[in-house]
Amino acid sequence: MQITSHTFKANGVKALADVDLQRALGHVEKGFIEKRQMAVDALPEFDALRDRAVAIKTHVLKHLDLYLETYAKAVEAAGGTVHWAEDADHARRIVLDIARRRNAKTVTKGKTMISEEIGLNAFLEENGITPIETDLGEYIIQLRGEHPSHIIAPAVHVNRDQVEADFRRVHVDLAPDRDLTEPVLLLAEARQMLRQAYGKADIGITGANFLVAETGTSVIVTNEGNGDLTQLLGKCHVVLASIEKIVPTLEDLSQILRVLARSATGQEMSVYTTLSTGPRRSDDPDGPEEYHVVLLDNGRSNMLGTEFEEMLRCIRCGACMNHCPVYHAVGGHSYGWVYPGPMGAVLTPSLIGVDKAGHLPNASTFCGRCESVCPMKIPLPKLMRHWREKEFESHLQPRAQRWGLGVWAFFATRPRLYRLATSFVVPLLSRLAGSRRRFASLPLAEGWTQWRDLPAPEGRTFMQQWAETNGGEDLV
Amino acid sequence: MSEATLESRDGPRVGLFVTCLVDSFRPSVGFATVKLLKDAGCRVEIPRLQTCCGQPAYNSGDRADARTIAEQVIELFEGYDYVVAPSGSCAGMLKKHYPELFAGDAAWEPRADAFSAKVHELVGFLSDVLGVTQVGARVETRATYHDACSGLRELGIKAQPRRLLESIEGLTLVELKDAEVCCGFGGTFCVKYPDISNAMVGKKAKAVAATGADLLLAGDLGCLMNMDGKLKREGVAVEVRHVAEVLAGMTDTPPIGGRL
Repeated sequence: MQITSHTFKANGVKALADVDLQRALGHVEKGFIEKRQMAVDALPEFDALRDRAVAIKTHVLKHLDLYLETYAKAVEAAGGTVHWAEDADHARRIVLDIARRRNAKTVTKGKTMISEEIGLNAFLEENGITPIETDLGEYIIQLRGEHPSHIIAPAVHVNRDQVEADFRRVHVDLAPDRDLTEPVLLLAEARQMLRQAYGKADIGITGANFLVAETGTSVIVTNEGNGDLTQLLGKCHVVLASIEKIVPTLEDLSQILRVLARSATGQEMSVYTTLSTGPRRSDDPDGPEEYHVVLLDNGRSNMLGTEFEEMLRCIRCGACMNHCPVYHAVGGHSYGWVYPGPMGAVLTPSLIGVDKAGHLPNASTFCGRCESVCPMKIPLPKLMRHWREKEFESHLQPRAQRWGLGVWAFFATRPRLYRLATSFVVPLLSRLAGSRRRFASLPLAEGWTQWRDLPAPEGRTFMQQWAETNGGEDLV
Repeated sequence: MSEATLESRDGPRVGLFVTCLVDSFRPSVGFATVKLLKDAGCRVEIPRLQTCCGQPAYNSGDRADARTIAEQVIELFEGYDYVVAPSGSCAGMLKKHYPELFAGDAAWEPRADAFSAKVHELVGFLSDVLGVTQVGARVETRATYHDACSGLRELGIKAQPRRLLESIEGLTLVELKDAEVCCGFGGTFCVKYPDISNAMVGKKAKAVAATGADLLLAGDLGCLMNMDGKLKREGVAVEVRHVAEVLAGMTDTPPIGGRL
C-alpha cells in the first residue's frame, strides 16, 4: 500500500474537515472505552492478569529463537509447512507460489493485518488471483478500495449510508429496489454474497492472534465466524503471522486471551476462538488438505534487544487507539500505513523507518492514556520518546523546531542569564498585552494563536516579585 | 496566621520548584503555593537559580540538554526535606523521568533516585504527606476541575484536589465530562500540531461550557493556558485559575487571560 505517514499533518487537517469521518470517530471515543471499563471493573484480577500476560511475552521475546524452532517443529509434526519470510516481498512470493502450485483463482481471507503489511491483495490481483475479504469490515473497505483505519474495526470510519451506496454499486445482480435501510439488512446481504465465495475459494488465508509453540497451533479470535469458514472450506489454509505472535503453551494462551477481548471490545471472550493445528487428519470430518504458515519478520528481529523490544509484546487489541485523543481527532488513515494510533506511532518507524514515519511518534501529547490501558503494559509514550531521540540524533526534526529548542536550551542551561532575560522579556510581554490580558495574535506564536488566545504574563516574574515583597527572604 | 508562622519554624524544609510557566506567566500561583505550604507548617525556600524542569528538551529527544538541566535542578534541590512543584507535569518530570535520564550512571543515578523520592506535586503533597484535609478559604463559586494528564497518570492526583476543594466554604464542585481526557496542550505538541491540538481543546472547551461552571480549575499551568485561550477565543465566559489560587483563597487577582 502507498505510505503516507510523511504527510501525517496534511492527512490530519483533511480528516478534521471530514464531517462523516468525525461523526464515525465519535463512536470509537465512547463505545469502546465504556465497554472496556465495564469488563475491567467486572474482573478484580484484571491487573494481575496483565502482569502475567506481560511476563509470558517478555519471556518469549528473550527466547524467541528457541520458541520459533519449537513451534515450527510442532507444525511440521502435525503435517503442516512453515515458511520463513524475511520481508514483505519474500512473504508475497511464498503465498503466490502456493497459489500457483494449487492453480488457485480465488482466495478468501479472514482478517489479517500481516496481509495489509505485505500488501498482499494488490499483489494477488496483479497476478490474476482474486482475493475476497470475508470479515464484514474488511469486505466493506475492499469494495471501497480502502485500507483498514482501525486494528479491530477496519471500517470504523465508514457510516451506514456509505455502505448501502457501496453495496448498491457493487452487488448489481441483486434487485435494485431491495430494502437496505437497516444495518441488519446490509449484514444479511454481505453474508449472502460471502457464503457464495467460501465454497468456490481455492485457498483460505487467515492471520493469527497467537501461535502456540508446544502444539504448533495457530489461533484466531473473531466475532463473525468468517475466519472459521475461510480456513475450513478452502482446500488449503494459509496462515500469515509475524514472528512475535508466539506463546509457549496452551496454558499461556488462555491467560492472555483473558485480557485480549476485554481490552479490545469489552467482551469477556470473542465469540469465536479458533485453534488450528495442521491440515485435515484422516478421521477429521472436514478441514483443509494443506496447511501452511508464513512467518514474517519484516524488521521485527531488529527490534529484539533494543529499547523497542517491548513493543513486540503487543497483541493488537487496539485499546491504545480506542483511548487516544489524537486518534479520536484524525482517525486511522491519517497515520498513513497499516498500524494507526499509539501502536503505529512506535511500530511504524520501526518497520518502515523513522525518516518516513517521524511525524507519528511526535504527534502525541504524552497524555499516557494508551499506556494506562495497554493489557501488555507497553510504555508507549516512552518508546515514542525514544524515536524522538533517534530523530534528534540524526537531525531529522524540522529546522524551526531545532532552532527554537536550541535557543530555549541555551538560556535554560544558563540560570543567571535566564533570570536576566526573563526579567526583561516577561514584563515587556505583559505590558504589550494591555488591559485585555491576552493576545489574539503574536509573532512567532501563530501555532498557538491561530486557534486560541494566548494569556499574557501577569507582570514581572515570580522571582522578581518575590525578591521585592519578601526582601529576598527565603530566596536562596 | 501567627500559629502557622510559629509552626513553620520547625516544620519540614521545602524547596519550591516554581516552574518556568508560573515564574513567567502566573506568579500568583507561586504566591498561593507558598501560602498553602506555610499554612501547613512548612519552611519554604526558593532557590533563585532554577529555570525549568527540562521537559521541552527531554520530550524533543534532546537528552543532553535535558540532563544538564536535570543536574542543575538536583544540585539546587537535593538538600531539602521535600521538593514541591505546583504542577503535575513538572513534578512528574522530576520524580519519574530524572531517574530514567541517569539510569546506569554510577555517580548520578543514586542522586537522582534520592532526589526523586523527595519530589511531590503540590496538592498531592498537602493531602498525602502533610495530611491536610481542609483549607480555610472561602470562595463563592461554581467550579469544575480538569485532571491534567501527568498529575493524574504519573502521580495519581485525582481525589486529593477534589477533597480539598470541597472543604472550601461557598464552593460547589461540578464534575467535568471526560475530565481525564487530555486538553491537547502536550508542551510543544500544541504548536507542532496546532490543528489536532485545536480539535482536542475544542472538545474540552465544549465540555467545560456544558458544566455551567463559573470557574475552571486544574493543577497545571500549560493546560490551563491552553484551555483558557480556547474558551476566550470561543467567547465562553468561564474564569480559569490554578487550583492552588483557590485553595489559598487568593482569587482577588484577575484570572488567567483576564476576563471576557
